[in-house]
Amino acid sequence: MPDPLLDVRHLRVEFPTRRGTLLALDDISFSIAPGEILGVVGESGAGKSLTGAAIIGLLDPPGRIAAGEIRFDGRRIDNLPYEEMRRVRGRSIGAIFQDPLTSLDPLYTVGQQLIETIQTHLPVGAAEARRRAVRLLQETGIPAAEERLDQYPHQFSGGMRQRVVIALALAGEPKLIVADEPTTALDVSIQAQIISLLKRLCKEHGAAVMLVTHDMGVIAETCDRVAVMYAGRVVEIGPVDAVIHSPAHPYTVGLMGSIPAMDEDRARLLQIDGAMPRLTAIPTGCAFNPRCPRAFDRCLVERPDLLPAGATRAACWLHATPLRAAA
Amino acid sequence: MSAVVETRLSPLVEVEGLAKIFDVSPPWLNRVVERKPRQFVHAVDDVAFGIARGTTLALVGESGCGKSTVARLLVGLYAPTRGRVVFDGTDITGEVRPNAVRRRMQMIFQDPYASLNPRWKVQDIVAEPLREHGFAEGRSGAENDRQLAERVAELLSSVGLAAADAEKFPHQFSGGQRQRISIARALATEPEFLVCDEPTSALDVSVQAQVLNIMKDLQTRQGLTYLFISHNLAVVRHVSDEVGVMYLGRIVEIAAKAELFSAPRHPYTRMLLDAIPDIHMSGRARTPVQGEVPNPLNPPAGCAFNPRCPHANERCRVERPMLLPAGAARVACHAVEEGRI
Repeated sequence: MPDPLLDVRHLRVEFPTRRGTLLALDDISFSIAPGEILGVVGESGAGKSLTGAAIIGLLDPPGRIAAGEIRFDGRRIDNLPYEEMRRVRGRSIGAIFQDPLTSLDPLYTVGQQLIETIQTHLPVGAAEARRRAVRLLQETGIPAAEERLDQYPHQFSGGMRQRVVIALALAGEPKLIVADEPTTALDVSIQAQIISLLKRLCKEHGAAVMLVTHDMGVIAETCDRVAVMYAGRVVEIGPVDAVIHSPAHPYTVGLMGSIPAMDEDRARLLQIDGAMPRLTAIPTGCAFNPRCPRAFDRCLVERPDLLPAGATRAACWLHATPLRAAA
Repeated sequence: MSAVVETRLSPLVEVEGLAKIFDVSPPWLNRVVERKPRQFVHAVDDVAFGIARGTTLALVGESGCGKSTVARLLVGLYAPTRGRVVFDGTDITGEVRPNAVRRRMQMIFQDPYASLNPRWKVQDIVAEPLREHGFAEGRSGAENDRQLAERVAELLSSVGLAAADAEKFPHQFSGGQRQRISIARALATEPEFLVCDEPTSALDVSVQAQVLNIMKDLQTRQGLTYLFISHNLAVVRHVSDEVGVMYLGRIVEIAAKAELFSAPRHPYTRMLLDAIPDIHMSGRARTPVQGEVPNPLNPPAGCAFNPRCPHANERCRVERPMLLPAGAARVACHAVEEGRI
């Protein structure tokens, strides 16, 4: 296996509040290989966007990295000073956010924003930067790119704006793109266009992607591997096919069963009763134990680490070796 | 099957030639000074369908296709510009609906954070329709309150909440629980017809499964009829009996669920079905869909879908297709009518 491009080890993110410290991310570890697409999936509040924000160094205060480290291309980036991190962000790690309207500045033309980004990160002149900007817009499938360059974001439709945002993320020729729910604000027909565009462009530019989404369908079609998050922890990680078709963690099993499928009829959907715990009241042991149909004594007291479970790794005591031997 | 045939004969809800046109013209002074023309959006045009008692009709489409406007027209939040709404054999198109009719249809909204009054306790929220419709009237105050509390507890337990939850405020509940409160409120007057406008799109998938299961159980138990509005085809496939696909204010295809999903006829339906990422079909080749939904202020002439349609010809660009029977479905497409696709 090649050296990972991004290596997150035992990451822990805290929010100090007046009523005590909230642990938003608890011991997150995963890595992304060069050119790989890793999906991060989970329900609202699972900490998936926060993981993305921690990696690009945009944690909102008072949130802070309390422990662990993030290595990018062999170099530690979680403790870089602000200015240095600013150069990494955009140049080495690009970002795409959910809402294409708020990620563009309404007061500048699309061209000004692209050219500024290119010149900030790459040593090119104004004419060359403009040429690159046009090429990026063409690559993202925007018709009449030359004229569109001098228009403002409000003159673009939602799907076209998201294409511009993708062009912006690629402008610094980054090796990794953190895409946080890039298609959630879009209609289904546009969503399909944007996903295939993102996939194709990242392949052409050789960029790895960390794709944060709550949509398993998007993950299934796009990613190589997927990490499933629950209550600030990674509960299962593995190749997409294995996680979807033979999930090992009871939470992943429930999550997959609760998605209505297009190719089968079921009278009822599988449901996980209850809701994800709030950060103020995370149960001891495995965070999923109150909702887990297969929880036993050990789950209530001891927190499981990611253990090998078939083709994936799952944080679940059902996959601990002694139990397996017994079964 | 005989029961199905029988109910098909007498739909609970029927709409004919329904249209809603919104006037979005600039103010008078701007029109005069800047010579701007009047502008109208045909949010819904010429929509017709019937929903059999105890079944679910789903309307699907992308944002701006008019599906929510249809929902609002049905429950009477908008008055239609043209067309008729018939409920249980009675024409209820007029502006003011009698209470006896309003009691029999209720609505569930998309956003459970916006549709519950944050200053009211759940007890008051769920009991409001009961008070409005004169439940437990004519008794003494204390007796009245006791009756209401009993009924609220019953309603809450029917959606899987505890009776003690009646004393709490909406902010003490999660999104899924709030949506259950909305359902309990909608069920308070024992309606026969529920209009659900994207009831689960604000929810996480595992919570969505809980709400969809409750809605299905209620339908089985109380014989409810649903109009289910959604943009999520997988959800629609799970809940509906019949599906109507809308595009720019018109129904382009309407058919029984099995028919629509196994043999979609309209090119737009095919495109929609093709566009949804599905967890069980990873890696399959998809036909890339070109273009976006046109501006409803200035829709294309002829068939509204023609600029994006791979089968469009000269006729599609000038003549608007009618919703005509095609096999077991009804489809508005010249290419289907002529047998080109």
